[in-house]
Amino acid sequence: MNDMTPTSAERAEKLEGMGCKRKRVEDVRFVQGRGNYVDDLKLPGMLYGDFTRSPYAHARIKRIDTSKAKAVPGVLAVLTAADLKPLGLHYMPTLAGDVQAVLAEEKVLFQNQEVAFVVANERYAAADGAELVEVEYESLPVVIDPFRAMAPDAPVLREDLAGKTEGVHGARKHHNHVFNWQIGDRAATDAAFNKAEVAIKELISYQRVHPCPLETCQCVASFDKIKGELTLWGTFQAPHVIRTVASLISKIPEHKIHVIAPDIGGGFGNKVGAYSGYICAIVASIVTGRPVKWVEDRIENLSATAFARDYHMTTEIAATKDGKVTGLRVYTLADHGAFDACADPSKWPAGFFNIVTGSYDFPTAHVEVDGIYTNKAPGGVAYRCSFRVTEAAYCIERAMDILAQKLGMDPAELRMKNLIRREQFPYTSALGWEYDSGDYHTALNKAMDTVGYKALRDEQKTKQEAFRRGETRDLMGIGVIFFTEIVGAGPSRNCDILGIAMFDSAEIRIHPTGSVIARLGTKSQGQGHETTYAQIIATELGLKADNITVEEGNTDTAPYGLGTYGSRSTPVSGAATAMAARKIKAKAQMIAAHLLEVHDDDLEWDVDRFTVKGNPERFKTMTELAWAAYHGVPPGMEPGLEAVSYYDPPNMTYPFGAYICVVDVDVDTGMTKIRRFYALDDCGTRINPMIIEGQIHGGLTEAFAIAMGQEIRYDEIGNVMTASLMDYFLPTAVETPHWETDWTTTPSPHHPIGAKGVGESPNVGGVPCFANAVNDAFGFLGSTHIAMPHDQWRTWTVAENLGLHA
Amino acid sequence: MAKIQIAMTVNGEAVEALAEPRTLLIHFLREQLNLTGPHIGCDTSHCGACTVDLDGKSMKSCTVFAVQASGAEIRTIEGMAAADGTLHALQEGFREMHGLQCGFCTPGMIVRAYRLLQENPNPTETEIRFGIAGNLCRCTGYQNIVKAIQYAAAKLNGVPLQEAAE
Ligand code: FES
Ligand code: FES
Repeated sequence: MNDMTPTSAERAEKLEGMGCKRKRVEDVRFVQGRGNYVDDLKLPGMLYGDFTRSPYAHARIKRIDTSKAKAVPGVLAVLTAADLKPLGLHYMPTLAGDVQAVLAEEKVLFQNQEVAFVVANERYAAADGAELVEVEYESLPVVIDPFRAMAPDAPVLREDLAGKTEGVHGARKHHNHVFNWQIGDRAATDAAFNKAEVAIKELISYQRVHPCPLETCQCVASFDKIKGELTLWGTFQAPHVIRTVASLISKIPEHKIHVIAPDIGGGFGNKVGAYSGYICAIVASIVTGRPVKWVEDRIENLSATAFARDYHMTTEIAATKDGKVTGLRVYTLADHGAFDACADPSKWPAGFFNIVTGSYDFPTAHVEVDGIYTNKAPGGVAYRCSFRVTEAAYCIERAMDILAQKLGMDPAELRMKNLIRREQFPYTSALGWEYDSGDYHTALNKAMDTVGYKALRDEQKTKQEAFRRGETRDLMGIGVIFFTEIVGAGPSRNCDILGIAMFDSAEIRIHPTGSVIARLGTKSQGQGHETTYAQIIATELGLKADNITVEEGNTDTAPYGLGTYGSRSTPVSGAATAMAARKIKAKAQMIAAHLLEVHDDDLEWDVDRFTVKGNPERFKTMTELAWAAYHGVPPGMEPGLEAVSYYDPPNMTYPFGAYICVVDVDVDTGMTKIRRFYALDDCGTRINPMIIEGQIHGGLTEAFAIAMGQEIRYDEIGNVMTASLMDYFLPTAVETPHWETDWTTTPSPHHPIGAKGVGESPNVGGVPCFANAVNDAFGFLGSTHIAMPHDQWRTWTVAENLGLHA
Repeated sequence: MAKIQIAMTVNGEAVEALAEPRTLLIHFLREQLNLTGPHIGCDTSHCGACTVDLDGKSMKSCTVFAVQASGAEIRTIEGMAAADGTLHALQEGFREMHGLQCGFCTPGMIVRAYRLLQENPNPTETEIRFGIAGNLCRCTGYQNIVKAIQYAAAKLNGVPLQEAAE
């Protein structure tokens, strides 16, 4: 070795491995307009499909006349339920164990439900045809308010379920009932409330919202009659699951279905499930023998595919006088719309809502959820969320503030008092989760110190006095929250989708020159997987990230995986990647030992090479070992250097964070201004800090949108009032606040690289933080809970109702 | 519907193609000319994913008919890099500052920012935020997009901007 030899640290830096703010690989094509999204696809002879949709929320279909549509030049076919029924395809199974109408047969159950699918040789002709399908309806009474759905005389929505008193999740107690789900110790919880010195109770509703990625849902189906094979390109967050579902529904053998998810323009949960458009495009391609493209427009997207939330949570906390929580009781009415198309792990009809005890040491708790049908769009997806965790976090973080108000305690102090302590980890919650690791007090202290919490409270007090004296019309609110997420679904013992365990996978192949291709079962929709998975491999194997190609989304080449949602890519596929890399490393070590003529155990790993212990001049780099794997392996060893890992996580991971928001409210206009937003996240080991920060900015912006304006609203006859970007709030750069980000690092003890996942944390923590800030502004005037979204009109109304405009 | 011949200059090249009078410019670009950089994100002219530069103005190409753009000079994201493949300062800035995630808004965002910097080579943060208010992004929260545009402005003005995306 001479002085020119780079040190270990220098060599490590060149790899651009874990911890590096590596620039994204995928950007090179995206900034040049060379991404490859579904609608960019053009195949010879390709046709276009478009839906005729129901104008009614609940109506009987008396007659469908497709003759005028068929007469439109360019229209080749019109599909209705009558065409699908003989094929057994007029209903499709949902991920939640219900069925959903692909095309409405006898009844429509929500506005904009799919009724007919028009196929034409060009986009505009298909739209013309869809306009001309004549449907005669007889309108029926509509159920929109979830609190009226289970009235004894409520109209029967799902006639197809008549007489079915058992659903997949147990007994149905009403014709509009989907399931009842309970967890926790009811008797102990009731006892805690009977003994409680203080208790609060509040109905905390989380409004219906929609993920609304910038690219809508779309697909191209191409059936090759001669080979009997189907190729399906689509905006799929979970391509392998789509292939299995497509096979089960269509009866085409799974090996003859090729599902390809190309670049995806954002997903946020919208693109997990299967939609009517996919089935209709497949059928239309089989019928016509030509490729068929279906592209949802924005109004269809907002009104028909994949809403989220619509959870109505009656929440009670029992506590001692000095603010120690002693019990939590939550009863939730969950509005699932017309079909239960939730995308939850199959055994979890309310997702992981039982994370609702949050970050606090509740000795006992009980949760009950009733799922119900209404005349609204189906869905119930995890919008930037791990299966109802956003609902749970909003619920507990609002409730803790309400308790603090009742106790006359500072909300941060109440949290400090009840946070799970570092020495309690691994911590088993009252509702059955085992939290892997945490250092909550350190995180909250750091957050409070950084923002100068005490000074902010002093300023608020001064402002409140000035307001009371009539010297200002501005109120100042401070929102404090502490969230614990549960991500990385999940261990096969409790997580599956349609019976498939929720493992994930990675396959790594080292080429002779030491460059690499890795394929995974997940699918990036903007998270930057091509960049970050390569960083894991770079660090594990000592090969440059720039020489590693990451591929996802093609079910023919990628190993089976359950896809990307619920922040599961890093916890599950990231782990699989590390494990596959370690298999490769173990083989490389044997090759190195052979070449260096020493025993395996006499070698040690140093960044990118195996060196002989005590003799670091004798080494073999991983690049040399790659070459050797193809021509000089030890006798009896198979040549080649590749490995695959299917990783079944031993536990979920539990990222956490402390967020603080400062808002100023003008009581005369209802205008709110986010003065400051500070987010401290702990996602365990950090793979790419630049990408983590980007994820947090994006998640906070979505949280801001939800808390301050988003709502899928219906009028009383079921017209969806917010189905375009005219009415559905997506913040622009002007409204979006400035974000301050920070972190602590508490690695997950059970994850191979200690990473926990981060994509959804900011949405989970952000929503209650904004909501608590707005509530906090009005709290000193006697208001306890203001429902979201906190748009200008509602905020003005709160001030009006408090008599502030007199 | 009868088709008509439409001619325009796109990214410096004279092009001609047949389209219906009702064909939107965005569909003409994407389907007739195979320029799939500009995207479609809405039906109400809100998202800006379809933004192109038309005769020196930023234009949401879903709000004009192709025929209205007859004879126009159009630039799309595909025409932003130099002929030798060198990225435009904005394209470089978006990558350097992590100004994109899914990339769906990016072509419209960059083309809009291009016109913004033509009109105001030294914008403040507030001017940038107002300047791109017609372009929605669902992924980034805009903060790094603002930085990307500042990066490009600095570079175009010959002031190196060192601050990396934190
Ligand atoms: S597609 Fe949304 S503005 Fe043009
Ligand atoms: S990067 Fe995805 S919409 Fe902007």
